[in-house]
Amino acid sequence: MNPDKPKMGFFETIANIDRRVIFLFVGFAVIIPVLLSFSCREEATPIVQSIFDKIESLPEGSKVLMSFDYGPSTVPEVQPMVDAFLRHCCEKNLKIYMMALWGTGHNLISESMEDIIKEEFPHKVYGLDYVNLGFKAGQQGLINVILTDLKKMYTTDALGSEIDAVPMMVDIRNLKSFDLILSMGGGFPGIKEWVLFGGDPGNIPVAGGATAVSAPLLYPYYPRQLLGLLGGIKGAAEYESALIKGYPKFKTYSHPGIDMMGPQTVAHIVIVLFIVIGNITFFMGRKKEEEEKREGGALK
Amino acid sequence: MRRQIPLIITFIVGSVLIISVFIPHKPFGQLGENFSVYFDIIAVFAFILGAGNLLRVHGNRIYRKHKDWPYSVVTVAGFTVMMIAGLFKIGGSPGITGDLTEPGSMFEELYMYVFTPLMATMFALLAFFVASASHRAFRAKNKEATVLLLAAFVILLGRTPFGVKLTSWLPDPLSFLEIPNLASWIMSVPNMAGQRAIMVGIALGVIAMALRVILGVERTYLGADSE
Amino acid sequence: MKTFSYSFIFYCLLGLILLATTDGLAQVESSDSLLSPLLPPSEVIAEDHPGDAGGAIIVRWKLSPDEDKGITGYEILRSASPTAEFSSVGFAATGANRYVDANTEDSLTYYYKVVAIDADRNASESEISPPVRSSPQWFNFHLLNLLIIGGLICGAVIYFIAHAKKGKKFFLRKIAGLEAVDEAIGRATEMGRPILFIPGILDMDDVQTIAGITILGRVAKTIAQYETKLNVPTSRSIVMSTAMETVKEAYISAGRADAYSDDFVHYVTDEQFGYVAAVDGIMVREKPATCFYIGAFFAESLIMAETGNSIGAIQIAGTAMPAQLPFFVAACDYTLIGEELFAASAYLSGEPKQLGSLKGQDVGKIIAMLAIVIGALLETFFAISGSSFFGSLAELVHKLFSIVAS
Repeated sequence: MNPDKPKMGFFETIANIDRRVIFLFVGFAVIIPVLLSFSCREEATPIVQSIFDKIESLPEGSKVLMSFDYGPSTVPEVQPMVDAFLRHCCEKNLKIYMMALWGTGHNLISESMEDIIKEEFPHKVYGLDYVNLGFKAGQQGLINVILTDLKKMYTTDALGSEIDAVPMMVDIRNLKSFDLILSMGGGFPGIKEWVLFGGDPGNIPVAGGATAVSAPLLYPYYPRQLLGLLGGIKGAAEYESALIKGYPKFKTYSHPGIDMMGPQTVAHIVIVLFIVIGNITFFMGRKKEEEEKREGGALK
Repeated sequence: MRRQIPLIITFIVGSVLIISVFIPHKPFGQLGENFSVYFDIIAVFAFILGAGNLLRVHGNRIYRKHKDWPYSVVTVAGFTVMMIAGLFKIGGSPGITGDLTEPGSMFEELYMYVFTPLMATMFALLAFFVASASHRAFRAKNKEATVLLLAAFVILLGRTPFGVKLTSWLPDPLSFLEIPNLASWIMSVPNMAGQRAIMVGIALGVIAMALRVILGVERTYLGADSE
Repeated sequence: MKTFSYSFIFYCLLGLILLATTDGLAQVESSDSLLSPLLPPSEVIAEDHPGDAGGAIIVRWKLSPDEDKGITGYEILRSASPTAEFSSVGFAATGANRYVDANTEDSLTYYYKVVAIDADRNASESEISPPVRSSPQWFNFHLLNLLIIGGLICGAVIYFIAHAKKGKKFFLRKIAGLEAVDEAIGRATEMGRPILFIPGILDMDDVQTIAGITILGRVAKTIAQYETKLNVPTSRSIVMSTAMETVKEAYISAGRADAYSDDFVHYVTDEQFGYVAAVDGIMVREKPATCFYIGAFFAESLIMAETGNSIGAIQIAGTAMPAQLPFFVAACDYTLIGEELFAASAYLSGEPKQLGSLKGQDVGKIIAMLAIVIGALLETFFAISGSSFFGSLAELVHKLFSIVAS
């Protein structure tokens, strides 16, 4: 009896492991750190710090356009970035103009207004400090139009008020009236369309936050066409960390990005372990095949 | 004639839109965005076709008790409920003239408490599928696969504080070997180089494809064989 | 006595007047110091914005000499007459020396002033600019380089298409994914299981969807000949209509019009994850033997590919979304990367004219490669030697391949 056989059997089992077992391990890797409140603070990398520095440099009253280009599926990843941007802009007393290229962004704007601006900055006045322009269909075609004439597409705000009756819209003519465009989402239409159809032709700084999957596609635009980029939960955690560092009062506020880095760390380690196990079983399997070939050759 | 007219339209519209990129003067400068808006208007009306098709296909399956017909019941029911809730603004205080997404309305409640969690659930599946795909695909079968495997390790660990701690002991002259720095280098140098190369190839492919369509060499999308 | 009293009153009045005047002077002095402690910006020039449809004027100025003494920005004022009141049209940040006024009417003449402002709201106005009018242009010269390079590439594609018409054959490297199409369809036929074709989740205005539909047409013709069942769930209504027409024509041209059914192509939903949930359900229930993912995809790509892998289907993917390529490469048997997706239709048709267009793409690649190599070498030489000759040449190459914001 070959003393190696039980060892091979074990590795064969691991090599052919049911994917549901892998799913179970990943599930525990996320759930346990959440239950234990295991979180990790991050240091902002240059690609994130550049957005923070830009917002810091804007004088009071500067106009920031925030485009909510994401849906419910990416809320866990993108919402922490949105919340951090809103807090920063409100703290700097910048004028915030919210719009959406995605139909699903409409509701998300309302929620952000309620949860962040009205809740944490109750002194901010709608129409003077922030405005909701809502969703308009058109994708990159919409950006094309508002690059030259914003009020051609937006005759009212999302609440139905005449656009010129909103005080902070009076001196807005087109995209070039804004000091910074922030696009959150990374899908289509998203940051790339804002860069190609808005920022580049209009020479307007564009930055944003994208899901971790979309972020690598946007790196080629940084830093010439894209001022900075928050990539995934890590990007959100970095920005939250930078915000806390600059404004320690935000330490007591919710920081889901930082909170989620704990589960992400553990899940990444679990995936790495599975990759290692997969490779070990692969090499054990190859070794076994070679041994069988040699034995087969020897028998002949 | 049935195929000639669409080809002529395609050629004229395609050529004019390309030329309009270079001519800012009215009416050319506005053509690109106008056509984008026209397409969106057509797409909205085309939705009626899609909805009709959905109801016909699934209605047929229910009627004929096709295999798995209960799933078709779920599809039709979901479609009908959302359609009625949105169209008639059920539960919203001003009634049918009110805002579609007014807080407390049935549409808004369904969106927030059914649709949103379902979408987040589907997106969350990616985390599990990434693990199973990585386990299966990242094998050091050859040199290229080994390089891919090592890059995956560095990126996976570099995205976490664990990766920072793992190599934080390295002395300053070797700081470029720290996992976060390596991860950053991989993303910003070879990854970006590869992405840019692929994007250049894609752009050229798009030019060739567009020219084939505009010149009528490629006609399969019309439902016709090429010339 | 009277003289004394008149004198007294006179001198009191004089004193009062002097007192008031001194205070006033002091106030004037203070307000003067409030109004203009700053030096104003100078050399204000306004000119028509080039390469646009009119309605915009560029205002340029020389920065105030007090730029580093607390200036917070510049306010741009405009008027229709040098003597009329000027009104504010915008602000520029400190350090900026240009502003685009995008709200002008082409028929009107404008005059501009630039005001330097500091944190204490002190302001200092420039001279008034010469008169200027905005006007539309017939050609955007900022895009001249794009026209030349685009013209070269398009010309090459057209040239090689024409060349191919004369019967010239071109060499094409093998693309594994396309070579495997027939094998994949044959596998499904042998197993008696359907073929699933996903043409992406974008609409017909995206060129990847057009590429997907053209490949669907070619694949459907082969499927018709094999009499295999086809399932094409679509995410957009216009794509559904186009795909239906394409598949129908493919069946007719294969001589199998009787085998065609309208149910082959059906609409699911526009919503990304609703669509992938439906596709996953189709895969798990109907267990297609072959899955094609040809078009534009986003985050749902891995969900579909992994589900397809779990049911043991042979999977051929093709997309021009660089972010999704790694997922398809990891989970699918064959992947068409980027331009291979656009070449696939020509490849599958085998027609010389279509293959000629692929040759034309190579000219574009040569231009790109030369520009990258020459630009990189010039930048390297400039960095090493510091010579302005290399610096200027590198700048020229950079400008040749950049689109300058107008």
